[in-house]
Amino acid sequence: MRIRALVKRIIRQFGRDKRTLAMMFLAPLLILTLVNLVFSGNDYVPKIAVVSKQQQIAEKLIEADKAFTLYKNSDDAMNDLENAELDAVIEFNPSSTKITLEGSNPTANKMALMTIEKALKTLNPKNEQTQTVIKPEIDYLHGSSDMETFDYIGPFLIGFFIFFFVFLIAGVSFLRERTTGTLERLLATPLRRWEMVVGYVLGFGIFTVIQSAIIVTFSIYVLDIIMAGAIWFVMLITLMLSVTALSLGTLLSAFAKNELQMIQFIPLVIVPQVFFSGLFSIETMTDWLQPLSVIMPLTYGGQALRDIMIQGGGWAQIYDEVLVLAGFSLLFMMLNVLALKKHRKL
Amino acid sequence: MNSMIQVSNVSKNFKSHRVLEDISLNVDKNEIYGLLGPSGAGKTTLVKMIAGIETPSSGKITVLDTAMPSLPIMTRIGFMAQSDALYGELSGKENLDFFASIYGLKGNKKKERISHVAALVNLTDFLKKPVHQYSGGMKRRLSLAAALLHEPEILILDEPTVGIDPVLRQSIWNELYKLSKSGTTILVTTHVMDEAEKCSQLGMLRDGRLIASGSPTQLRESTSSVTIEDAFLYYGGIRYEN
Repeated sequence: MRIRALVKRIIRQFGRDKRTLAMMFLAPLLILTLVNLVFSGNDYVPKIAVVSKQQQIAEKLIEADKAFTLYKNSDDAMNDLENAELDAVIEFNPSSTKITLEGSNPTANKMALMTIEKALKTLNPKNEQTQTVIKPEIDYLHGSSDMETFDYIGPFLIGFFIFFFVFLIAGVSFLRERTTGTLERLLATPLRRWEMVVGYVLGFGIFTVIQSAIIVTFSIYVLDIIMAGAIWFVMLITLMLSVTALSLGTLLSAFAKNELQMIQFIPLVIVPQVFFSGLFSIETMTDWLQPLSVIMPLTYGGQALRDIMIQGGGWAQIYDEVLVLAGFSLLFMMLNVLALKKHRKL
Repeated sequence: MNSMIQVSNVSKNFKSHRVLEDISLNVDKNEIYGLLGPSGAGKTTLVKMIAGIETPSSGKITVLDTAMPSLPIMTRIGFMAQSDALYGELSGKENLDFFASIYGLKGNKKKERISHVAALVNLTDFLKKPVHQYSGGMKRRLSLAAALLHEPEILILDEPTVGIDPVLRQSIWNELYKLSKSGTTILVTTHVMDEAEKCSQLGMLRDGRLIASGSPTQLRESTSSVTIEDAFLYYGGIRYEN
């Protein structure tokens, strides 16, 4: 009953703050779109050299896509690749097929690989045996296959922006409850501390459900991000992440005196999660830094989102991450109930 | 039992800073008890402890024969904080609706109480307006209305008339008299000396100590002062010559 009153109030209050609503729902869309534009050049046409002794295959490829150019020998091709006039060279030898990528631009790498793959598929029906037996060998002139593109960082970014905006908005709202004196007023009522925390999580939770739905739908259908798994799992994970951010934000607002101090938590809480939760390779980090990723909610959220969106994983792959995120939320909520003790012992 | 609030030997420290020292006082049923003192004297801390928000460092507070803090007792107390603890985005009615629900009122009873307290503080016509458009006085009145929703037996008001024009102040006091007649015990803090005259009992608070208590008449007569202010100065250790 009391929790319901709290939830109802938060919905009313928040629904009237159009600007904050826009920040929660639209700002992540804007940033994701920008990142998408920066990282994925869908219109990019790679330049690929074909070196082959078998005329037939070479002609087929050149016919299949305008990206391919025929080169007489591999030395010329390699030279042009070195001078960045080409993005990739594909060599057909009797025993093997070798692809060499220029490698410094992830977008070009990816487009070149995709173009080759598509072209090889068109060769397939006629040349079934050779193509299935011979897997092309991929070499990089510069860089390596680890270079990421939007498809790789996208799932992580979805999780990150949801986490970031929910953390900030929930934290500031809860803080305002304190600075305007309404927290004290509420603590003069028989409202229990846990009822207050649960009421907040539920009230805000409704907005985060809407937020998750909007961001996930937008990323998949408008930004056309890679999506191998089920959309419901993605929404589940983003929702779990936002509940974690919500409970963490309200918890930390207890340690901030004003909005500015709440914003000061961003470099402490949010930024490290960008570096330590899997956007960058953790294995190559200094040993003592590596365990840090274990305590970061985004490690689990980002991993689960990748499992679903890139690898097409289902419940079996993500349930442990769901449990960890639920555990984080529960922990933060319990700590918040304790933190409120500062304001009322009972 | 006639005693509604008993404060015995209560002290309160914030870290090493002592805010209240050995306070004892007693508030009887139907009384309007005024806590008089300058700002910083510890009035707010004391009423917060009585309301169950803070806990004393030492000593004991009993409200309605129950040791505070106690959640069941808190449903029988109405508290109006010094700052207007209202939600600016919501309308007056939505604010009242929220606090009523927190106190467990529902259905017709809730509607009836909301319109009753709104009429009491003259806000019926403004209930649909969002609170951030209210004037300072209207916010104070809405805060008072919110404290009255659940028909509390004890009403604790922290500086209820600060920044309110004299006409409105008079009407708030008339309201308090009415409530007191109908059986509500009222504890009110103020730093305005002439307001103290309106209380039936007074406690004078200075630098965390209760320097005197009694009815306004008693306090004036025993110090042969004309005004409460003179009496306060007398007890505060500054004898008013002549």
